Amino acid sequence: MATSVTVYGPPLSTAVSRVLVCLLEKDVPFQLVPVSMAKMEHKKPDFIKMQPFGQVPAFQDDDITLFESRAICRYIAEKYPTQGTAGLYGTNPLVKASIDQWLEAESQSFNPPSSVLTFQLVFAPRMKLKQDEALIKLNEGKLVKVLDVYENRLGSSRYLAGDEFSLADLSHLPNTQFLVDKTDRAELFTSRKNVSRWWSEISTRPAWKKVVEMQNA
Amino acid sequence: MAVKVFGFVGSNATYRVLASLYEKNVDFELVTVNMAAWEHKRPRFLARNPFGQVPAFEDGDVSLFESRAITKYVAEAYADKGTSLKSKDLKKSAIEGVWAEVEAQKFDPATAKLTWELFFKPLFGMTTDEAVVEEFSKKLEPVLDVYEARLTECKYLGGDSFSLADLHHLPNTQVLMGTKVKSQFDARPHVSAWAADILARPAWVKVTSLLPK
Repeated sequence: MATSVTVYGPPLSTAVSRVLVCLLEKDVPFQLVPVSMAKMEHKKPDFIKMQPFGQVPAFQDDDITLFESRAICRYIAEKYPTQGTAGLYGTNPLVKASIDQWLEAESQSFNPPSSVLTFQLVFAPRMKLKQDEALIKLNEGKLVKVLDVYENRLGSSRYLAGDEFSLADLSHLPNTQFLVDKTDRAELFTSRKNVSRWWSEISTRPAWKKVVEMQNA
Repeated sequence: MAVKVFGFVGSNATYRVLASLYEKNVDFELVTVNMAAWEHKRPRFLARNPFGQVPAFEDGDVSLFESRAITKYVAEAYADKGTSLKSKDLKKSAIEGVWAEVEAQKFDPATAKLTWELFFKPLFGMTTDEAVVEEFSKKLEPVLDVYEARLTECKYLGGDSFSLADLHHLPNTQVLMGTKVKSQFDARPHVSAWAADILARPAWVKVTSLLPK
């Protein structure tokens, strides 16, 4: 099937998986081109042309090339507003603003500590690198504060930005999946009643389950 | 007044929002949050921003936090007023969005640390940690290299027109131009020209006139 959308990168990458789940939620066909990080393919000139920082993912649709997973997700949601999951970027400007607010919260407050923990607890051992206990403790402390805010928010709202699943919730899937599934820190999420309920709902969506299958393949 | 910004003169993120409002010629009231008295951690403010950070924003019934979400709202709600901050073309807007993410993910983490060490700490009578300055100056170098290459292709980061992608850089860049980090910008002709251009924008000059002398 001819398709205009290409994603470059391994599905195990949190940023790549963020884009994949968005495409699946929106029923947008795509081809996934593997990039071997072990062979440093992401630092080669052909890749750098698409992504000047040499990071995955890179993304092409028709004649445009994009990078930064959250920018790619916004583009997909704006290009296909009524296809697949309709409310992903809101159906009116006020909901959209709320989604952008919680997507920024994910990007600025949730992502930094959860990324450090994911690297330290999941990837460092796999790469035979020594874990930094001080860094783990520091970032766990930061993440706890963020999850306390979420616990409160999700007590009065089904999803972060409102009543419908949106890009704001979606953006949390990659890091949380690793922390809940592949570390002994799942209780950070599961011990919080509302966060646990929210995680259970968003992680069992068919699109995300498909991405996890791709990661475990 | 319908538009209110709850912030603090001295908060980079507050300036980001003010810049967007001035660009759009939208009248607003700046309500000062007394950070020294921990007002930002009290229930009344936490109701506006549960993370206890400035700025928070109100426009009639709309309440928002996170400066980059607020500027996007301003750019879209007032699309037909003042300067265009977001292209109406989907592809052009997507590319602007890429570089706005670069600011959020790469430029800000490096430069916010530098503004704290080199500007705010001395202001508060604290000592600059030179090791941190060196570490984060090094982190900034490859980012500015990418910017230099990008700005040889087009006048602004997001394309040929000024957009939120450029605007979001204003607060940290302004502060760093008064520090030794200026040399990192000056070493790159296109980055240097771009920085001078955006810092000279009348809307930005209005923001800086709010700063204590």
